[in-house]
Amino acid sequence: MILLLTRILSKIALAIAVGLLAGCQGGVLDPKGQVGIEEKQLIIIATLLMLLVVIPVIFMTLYFAWKYREGRDEAYEPKWSHSTKIEVVVWTVPIIIVLILGVITWKTTHSLDPYKPLKSDKDHITVEVVSMNWKWLFIYPEQGIATVNQLVFPTDVPVSFRISSEGTMNSFFIPQLGSQIYSMAGMVTKLHLIANEPGTYKGISANYSGPGFTGMKFNAIATPTEADFDAWVEGVKAGTHGDVINHAMLDQASYDKLAEYDADPHHVHVATPVQYYNSIKPGIFHDNVMKFMKDHGKVELLKGTPFDSTMIKGSMDHSDMDHGSMNHSEMSHESPEHVEEDK
Amino acid sequence: MSILGKLSLDAIPYHEPILVTTFCVIVVGALALAYLLIKYNLLGVLWRDWITSIDHKRLGVMYIVLALIMLLRGFSDAIMMRLQLALATNGDPGYLPPHHYDQVFTAHGVIMIIFMAMPFMIGLMNIVVPLQVGARDVAFPFLNNLSFWLTAGGAILINISLFVGEFAKTGWVAYPPLAGLQFSPDVGVDYYIWALQISGIGTTLTAVNFLVTVFKMRAPGMKLMDMPIFTWTCTWANILIAASFPILTAVLAMLTLDRYLDFHFFTNDGGGNSMMYINLFWAWGHPEVYILVLPAFGIFSEVVSTFTGKRLFGHKSMIWASGAIAILGFIVWLHHFFTMGSSANVNAFFGVATMVISVPTGVKLFNWLFTMYRGRLRVTVPVLWTLGFMVTFTIGGMTGVLLAVPGADYVLHNSLFLIAHFHNTIIGGAVFGYLAGFAFWFPKVMGFHLNVKLGKAAFWCWLIGFFMAFMPLYVLGFLGMTRRLNHTDNPDWNIWLYIALVGAFIIMAGIICQLLQLYVSFRDRAQNLDTTGDPWNGHTLEWSTASPPQYYNFAKIPTISDIDAFTDMKEKGEAYTRHESYEAIHMPKNTASGILISGCITLMGFALIWHIWWLAALGLFGGFVSLVLRAYTKDVDYYVQPDEVARIENAHLDSVAKG
Repeated sequence: MILLLTRILSKIALAIAVGLLAGCQGGVLDPKGQVGIEEKQLIIIATLLMLLVVIPVIFMTLYFAWKYREGRDEAYEPKWSHSTKIEVVVWTVPIIIVLILGVITWKTTHSLDPYKPLKSDKDHITVEVVSMNWKWLFIYPEQGIATVNQLVFPTDVPVSFRISSEGTMNSFFIPQLGSQIYSMAGMVTKLHLIANEPGTYKGISANYSGPGFTGMKFNAIATPTEADFDAWVEGVKAGTHGDVINHAMLDQASYDKLAEYDADPHHVHVATPVQYYNSIKPGIFHDNVMKFMKDHGKVELLKGTPFDSTMIKGSMDHSDMDHGSMNHSEMSHESPEHVEEDK
Repeated sequence: MSILGKLSLDAIPYHEPILVTTFCVIVVGALALAYLLIKYNLLGVLWRDWITSIDHKRLGVMYIVLALIMLLRGFSDAIMMRLQLALATNGDPGYLPPHHYDQVFTAHGVIMIIFMAMPFMIGLMNIVVPLQVGARDVAFPFLNNLSFWLTAGGAILINISLFVGEFAKTGWVAYPPLAGLQFSPDVGVDYYIWALQISGIGTTLTAVNFLVTVFKMRAPGMKLMDMPIFTWTCTWANILIAASFPILTAVLAMLTLDRYLDFHFFTNDGGGNSMMYINLFWAWGHPEVYILVLPAFGIFSEVVSTFTGKRLFGHKSMIWASGAIAILGFIVWLHHFFTMGSSANVNAFFGVATMVISVPTGVKLFNWLFTMYRGRLRVTVPVLWTLGFMVTFTIGGMTGVLLAVPGADYVLHNSLFLIAHFHNTIIGGAVFGYLAGFAFWFPKVMGFHLNVKLGKAAFWCWLIGFFMAFMPLYVLGFLGMTRRLNHTDNPDWNIWLYIALVGAFIIMAGIICQLLQLYVSFRDRAQNLDTTGDPWNGHTLEWSTASPPQYYNFAKIPTISDIDAFTDMKEKGEAYTRHESYEAIHMPKNTASGILISGCITLMGFALIWHIWWLAALGLFGGFVSLVLRAYTKDVDYYVQPDEVARIENAHLDSVAKG
């Protein structure tokens, strides 16, 4: 029994080892950008540090269980139950490891803060991301174009993502480039990533958001040079990319049309094909984030009360500038000065 | 709107072959059970001795029966998911469309945590804690019965959702806005809300009940710090329940207001903010995992110290370590959403706070190790579970600390790495603990031993199955596979998904071994009776009673002068003293009020789910009237006469003397 078990276990261990070495292409252990590389190093360092305790504990468990099992006539001290020396050691060792890990955590949490712009001699490009049921809209405010389910940016140029949602909560995630961040309606979250190798990387939603969630995938394409990227942008503007659906302007009407989804729970959802918009209505991202905020104060219950008109007016007045008071996570970053700060 | 609210024939899924088959199997099973009960004339016994019982030991058994039934339900869900993911590769849609699959993973999570793990833990606590502190029952025996039936009511609601309407398709956390009316207009989330709400109130009442029990009803001489370690870990868990379940109640109530009365707590529009739900949910949800695992730690401590024939190493240290875990468990909830955009300072604080928990947890592991040191370890089934736990849980703890590093969590959050981690701690920690406790205390409660061979077979199947089912998930997490996917098209993932399916089937073999073990042990019970009441040479008071214990637990309440109270009594030769005379024992009477109140409240829940307002009002009124009637009932207690006590005690002592 035990022999068979060891054999099975060693086979599994071998398969896992082989798989880990051979099969990690495309995952978070195969990063292609600075953020992902640092996160991979962090995972490895933290794991090694913890193994310093984990391996002795597992070894001691098996060894003590074997050594002190009944019938081996080892030393037996039924009343021995306290030793200050051992207590000091078992409290101190984990504390030291956690102290070291704590310092590493504190430092890396700041250096890897998704909101922190990446240091680079090149300017960021900005992409505004909207998760919709169940597709991704990417708006390029600087280039004046928009895409659906495909993200294109140049290699070695940091990308500043500003992320929001049109409906349910999702998580914007390109595993090979590093960090993910939630997308939420009426709010903007931020993420800074960079690709240091050209290539096509899988992008997903990492937060379940309803029946079409599985199909919420996109390709993140890092073009080899900035010139390639510019050429692609020109192609989008000219509508010359033949392999995708080309649209005219992304304005409120076409935005609303794109946001429509099949709500019948019994339908099988197919992934939305890649689409390009050759131009955008300026501020379309901001408008659609703020539309949830403008309802603040327009709650049905308040209608007809003496405060009604003032409250709506009040909220309208400041709706287009500073929403910092509404939620800590982002609104203050919406003002133009902060955008400057990113660069 | 019709008199039945939203309920109509369309709600019955008669066109779904899987559900119709399941329904038929359950109906046939229920009819067979009813036939057997009538044939052997057991209906009266069932009603008098079990359903209306306020005996903590019998309630404990009923909790565990509920947990085992729900384990089968939750595990069926698990097998269905693993099968879907093994079939739906390379772009194949598999056999479960999202509409079903999404309900299955939601139900799996809710059932395994709320209706399997919690009842299992509370069942063991019910059986053991009053005995360990030398009490005759819990502080409020009727409330205990009511708690059980409220939990059962929630479980019944969640199972009704299989055949009437549907269950939530939101994941077990039911985050709005997905769980709000806009994106989930169906009854699924309402089933979720009322099943959790009703059972959650039962759980809160249980915690209050057991806290009063340990604080007010300990045997004379037992100081707080002398309480057995299992009782202590349960006490910490109960403190956590009393502090955190009200948060769940409140957040579900807010979601209810959003869905029923057009409030805007968590909606996208109208100033709602779903981040509030997520914070509140995890302010309950994180303590919840410590509620599950702390009593399991207590079980391992009892098992190690009993089967090494040694006093537990560092009893005080263990109590404080559990307390530290309980308190720290309350200030780490944010690590469930490092990716929600909090500032680096906030994320770093919660990350480090989470890591600090690994210190007292590590101390516990070392204390178990040093309990084994210079002991005489008998490798019984509970010990196997414990050793399996110590190896498995250490790995789960390590991956947990890794996830607590925000920089690592940014790429591992919501991936299958996370799924592997929490199954590693909940199965390898909590479930292994409950199964150790099950094997440990079974002879005490039932009076006969479990079959050892099948017990060991079950353990090896569970252990190997666990590693095969969940280690591949760690790999898949690194490969970038996120959770709750319905189908995949990445060929690199396939092999790991297949291995995980095989692992799930091996776990299934383990569960079958356990069912067989129950059957075989019951069949052969006459040869395996525990006549002494102390089959393992135990340390604590529960082993001083008969197996199964006398219904009044203790004829004379013992006076305690040592942490290992029963070992102390045995050493002083006082363990089996024959007394000249006994005093009458004051005992509570059984009552049907618990099932009546809970039945009415469950009916109210069902009516609210389907918007049948008149029936909801009727249910609430019925529950209220039953409660008031119970409050004014004077005939709630009786005395066991001294000669009856003497007869039972002498029978036990004769049985012990014979061996």
